[in-house]
Amino acid sequence: MEKRVFFRPSPLPYLLVLPQLVITAVFFLWPASQALYQSLLIEDPFGMRTEFVWLENFAYLFSDRLYLQTFWTTAYFSAAVTALSLGVALLLAVLADRIVKGATGYKTLLIWPYAVAPAIAGVLWLFLFNPSIGLVAYYLKIMGYNWNHVLNGNQAMFLVVIAAAWKQVSYNFLFFLAGLQAIPRSLIEAAAIDGAGPVRRFWTVVFPLLSPTTFFLIVVNIVYAFFETFGIIHTITKGGPGKSTEILVYKVYADGFVGQDLGGSAAQSVILMAIVISLTVIQFRFIERKVHY
Amino acid sequence: MVENRGLLTLLSHAILLLGIAVLAFPIYVTFVASTSEMRDIIQPPLPLVPGPYLIDNYTEALTRGVAQASGAPVALMLWNSLVMAMAIAIGKIVISLLSAFAIVYFRFPLRALCFWTIFITLMLPVEVRIVPTFEVVAQLGMLNSYAGLTIPLIASATATFLFRQFFMTIPDELLEAARIDGAGALRFFWDIVLPLSRTNIAALFVILFIYGWNQYLWPLLITTDASMNTIVMGINQMIAPGEDQTNWPVVMATAILAMVPPVFVVVAMQRLFVKGLVETEK
Repeated sequence: MEKRVFFRPSPLPYLLVLPQLVITAVFFLWPASQALYQSLLIEDPFGMRTEFVWLENFAYLFSDRLYLQTFWTTAYFSAAVTALSLGVALLLAVLADRIVKGATGYKTLLIWPYAVAPAIAGVLWLFLFNPSIGLVAYYLKIMGYNWNHVLNGNQAMFLVVIAAAWKQVSYNFLFFLAGLQAIPRSLIEAAAIDGAGPVRRFWTVVFPLLSPTTFFLIVVNIVYAFFETFGIIHTITKGGPGKSTEILVYKVYADGFVGQDLGGSAAQSVILMAIVISLTVIQFRFIERKVHY
Repeated sequence: MVENRGLLTLLSHAILLLGIAVLAFPIYVTFVASTSEMRDIIQPPLPLVPGPYLIDNYTEALTRGVAQASGAPVALMLWNSLVMAMAIAIGKIVISLLSAFAIVYFRFPLRALCFWTIFITLMLPVEVRIVPTFEVVAQLGMLNSYAGLTIPLIASATATFLFRQFFMTIPDELLEAARIDGAGALRFFWDIVLPLSRTNIAALFVILFIYGWNQYLWPLLITTDASMNTIVMGINQMIAPGEDQTNWPVVMATAILAMVPPVFVVVAMQRLFVKGLVETEK
């Protein structure tokens, strides 16, 4: 897609793109190349001497049991968040789509959690499940279930998944609802005339037609769980107990800022960039939302 | 609706209401806690009706914060968050408008290079390059400043694409007419492109305001001085490590205060918000 009419050549366009290019160069390209470069270095613990080691940092990472564990934790975490938030959102969207009266009201009441910051969502859920004072933890104890996510890794994982999915439901709901409303009514009516009940109509007509939306949302949710849940992990568990909720982004932060292992952290950054780039490519390639230039 | 099934409709309403209740429950408990006193909170269960300390707790949060944690009053943190969110939203919109205009309405050498340089920012969120970006900002002496908080987050491929796509839909005839009337590029931008983009700018503003307000990791790294804390990151520092010392009523009041501005923006500008959300994902 191109315009057919232009302004005459002049230095003006350079001035117009300059601010964005300068910021991109200083805060994106330069740091990214620094990450690439640092990922090939090893610095001694006092920062006195650095040594060029080629891919040793990467080789070390992929032989490191803890790092591979982080990969699995991240995969498990993002799969759980995606499945839970998509499932709940789809259910709510299908029901809201059925309803004629009051649908807008439900929409308003369902979309606002999107505006809550991940870190604040973390604080809310931390308060509910706080082992000593949390309301939910209290009732769980009464029912004979000992809740203590500070000590129990599985419970900690459960809690961060709930908090992360809670925040994402509204986003998914909006997109599912838009997708459902775009399905031609005539198709659903035809299926109804052929005697298909609501459940059967959903699985044979609605759900397949919704699959572009579903696929798009799966990618978006994975990106969300990988990169935007730092605030949730940091407020609720700080990666603990015993690294059971340490996802990749959290480990970059923990190794780079807390552990001061710059080479290792940079190598992890490079791996993360590779993941982001492949997810972005998938998103553009398969979803027909291509960028035309 | 295709057929009338009263029972199913009733069930739909019931499940939707249940969903809303589950979504709202954490917020409600937070609100109740923010109106209670410490004694009610440390002896569970917390009663599910608001207590009488609403004004006390919010005043304490706004004016004093939690003294033993960081000391910054929440009013100051709210101000910092507001500055950050506004600067990011407005900055992103301005530089994206300019660069999209240049890319769409001019042919110039290196245009493709400019486009792809901007495109790359889409693939490099702050979270994946935190350490080197932090070092750059530290070398530039921008730690603990509004510039350090906002400028590194201002470059945005998404906004540039959105405006680019929109400019493509502006009929060429408008440009031809403007040129016949003797308007230069800047005049055309100011008098025609900008007014036409109003709705898009507003929709994008809603999304970017929330994005800026909800930043957590970046302010956490950049601000070591308590007076520069934003509310979203500051609240975590109010929760004492052992959790025994945490002044929960004030923390919960802070949480509510941190949620009100972005939630208000979303609910009040719902139509623009949905438009912005759908379009930024294109």
